Amino acid sequence: MSKKLIVTLFFVLMIFTAVLAFAEDPAVEEAVESKLLAAEYVPFFVAVALAAAFSMGVGSFGTGIGMGNAIKGAVDGVSRNPDTFGRILTTMMIGLAMIESLAIYALIVALVLIFANPFLPFFGVG
Amino acid sequence: MEHPILFLDYINEVLGLKHNPQVTYTWLIMIFLALIAYISIRKASIVPNPVQNVIELIILGLGNLIKDTMGEKGMAFMPLLVAEALFIFTANLVGVIPGFSSPTANLNTNAAMAVVVFITTHYVGVKMHGFKYIKQFLGPVWWLIPLMLPIEIISHLSRPLSLSVRLFGNIQGEDLVLLILLFLVPYLMPLPIMFLMILTSALQTFVFVLLTMLYISGAMEEAH
Repeated sequence: MSKKLIVTLFFVLMIFTAVLAFAEDPAVEEAVESKLLAAEYVPFFVAVALAAAFSMGVGSFGTGIGMGNAIKGAVDGVSRNPDTFGRILTTMMIGLAMIESLAIYALIVALVLIFANPFLPFFGVG
Repeated sequence: MEHPILFLDYINEVLGLKHNPQVTYTWLIMIFLALIAYISIRKASIVPNPVQNVIELIILGLGNLIKDTMGEKGMAFMPLLVAEALFIFTANLVGVIPGFSSPTANLNTNAAMAVVVFITTHYVGVKMHGFKYIKQFLGPVWWLIPLMLPIEIISHLSRPLSLSVRLFGNIQGEDLVLLILLFLVPYLMPLPIMFLMILTSALQTFVFVLLTMLYISGAMEEAH
């Protein structure tokens, strides 16, 4: 077989072995045994999933627009005055980090909902 | 989330301690930075050898940044700011190595640093202005006080919150992205993400130090 074929097959094998490496999560077994996945608890999980997904989606919306404005201003400034590239870059980086932190706050809410959900003790789990 | 495999947790098991990983990795970073400081100072000379050159570049670069942003009075805060910068940068970068976790990926470390910054700003303000420091909270005219004072207090209280949550969200978010991409495409995708992690680590360090400088210089300036 040619060398290229061997290398390609090797890559495909590596990628597929990652999927096989999933172990059975003990929390899932515990939830199934405690009948947490009964029909009356499903709306809770639906709500959690939707809330987490929408939190990050809506949060990135304004962040992207704000960052675009910031970069537009920075590029305009550099095009007018190319000598000040360093200072404008610094200011732009600071501005971008401040704006990005708003999206990070939305991400924190999504992460808390998914991984450290404060309502789970009411269902007797965690 | 499954429990991650961390190398230094074995030290905890051997010594029988029950710390969280961020304490162990903070110790590692402290030992590492102390070693670097010791090695670089040991053979200091006027004509610098290579290691000393790099260390001088870093520290003089930070010193110039502090002097540009805060003026001459700000050089008194250089120990705090340089310590913050070196610690946060090293702490962020440690998480890139597989098998190690960043202490800054945990909210406790970041909250500790943010509380230190908060106490420093108010201590500096009170020490420099005395009781007239309250004038900075009151706004330009006297009949706006019921509006300005709660807003200023809330904005001052939100500063440590935003400092710590920004750093925590960025570094923990990187960790999670790396973890999820490791499950999906193991050998190829993590490389650009690791490059992005190094970039974000440096940027977050810079933003933290810059915001600290701005808060301290805002407390030191004359009131309106």
